[in-house]
Amino acid sequence: MTLMSSCKEVTRLISEGLDRDLGFGERVTLRVHFVVCKGCRNFEGQMARLREAVRNLAGAEDEHRA
Amino acid sequence: MSADDNNAKNDGMPAQSAFRAQLEQQRPYLLRFAALQLRDASTAEDAVQETLLAALAGEARFAGRSNLRTWLTGILKHKIVDSIRRAAREPVAAPDDIDDGNAFDGLFRPNGHWAEAPATWSEPHGALEQKQFFGVLEQCLARLPDKTARVFMMREHLGLDTEEICKELGITPTHCWVLLYRARMALRLCLDERWFRTGSGKAEKQ
Repeated sequence: MTLMSSCKEVTRLISEGLDRDLGFGERVTLRVHFVVCKGCRNFEGQMARLREAVRNLAGAEDEHRA
Repeated sequence: MSADDNNAKNDGMPAQSAFRAQLEQQRPYLLRFAALQLRDASTAEDAVQETLLAALAGEARFAGRSNLRTWLTGILKHKIVDSIRRAAREPVAAPDDIDDGNAFDGLFRPNGHWAEAPATWSEPHGALEQKQFFGVLEQCLARLPDKTARVFMMREHLGLDTEEICKELGITPTHCWVLLYRARMALRLCLDERWFRTGSGKAEKQ
């Protein structure tokens, strides 16, 4: 494996990290990759936003009204 | 002692129909919640009906709780899982199975790096924009293949863990993670296209 893992692999790891505990090696891979790749850092942020939005779906607007 | 208790003492019937009316008020919300998850109007209708009947029968258990909607949503989640469990036992006509996993290859260059790097997403401003954003999100969810959407909503909307989802749907954890990945990739693209790059949700410049 090259020092720089591909963004494609990294997006899979980021997604799986939302569903299971990543191993030590996997977490290191992400850390190293994030240092050099803003696209994947942004992707991780987007995944967090997506999770938050879906959690708040059906109810958010009603609560605003209430 | 609350006002409701007094009502019940003074006159049993009106208090009961008042509770029934309160339940009815929550029906549209519950239907929306169930439809998002079950993707089928009549199945959603059934789950909500079962929920309201259970709530009516269990009024005593609600006594003292502050939020009727939260209590009902809790019951509804169980009914939804029951419904998914029943459906999982039936043969699936056209499962949207894992393909070779190359569905999003177009996003990456041959060396595996982004063809077009993701940008930061702006925060919605104000309640109206928030509401519009949720509308777009629902449209994007509706475009997902059924099984992918079901797994994604069980995970992210009902908050089940992958183990529970695998058990209910009879799929392997790996299959589950692949479906979740596909759902997230598709939703990201859809939101990016329909919201963050256009109109009021335009992404902030880097």
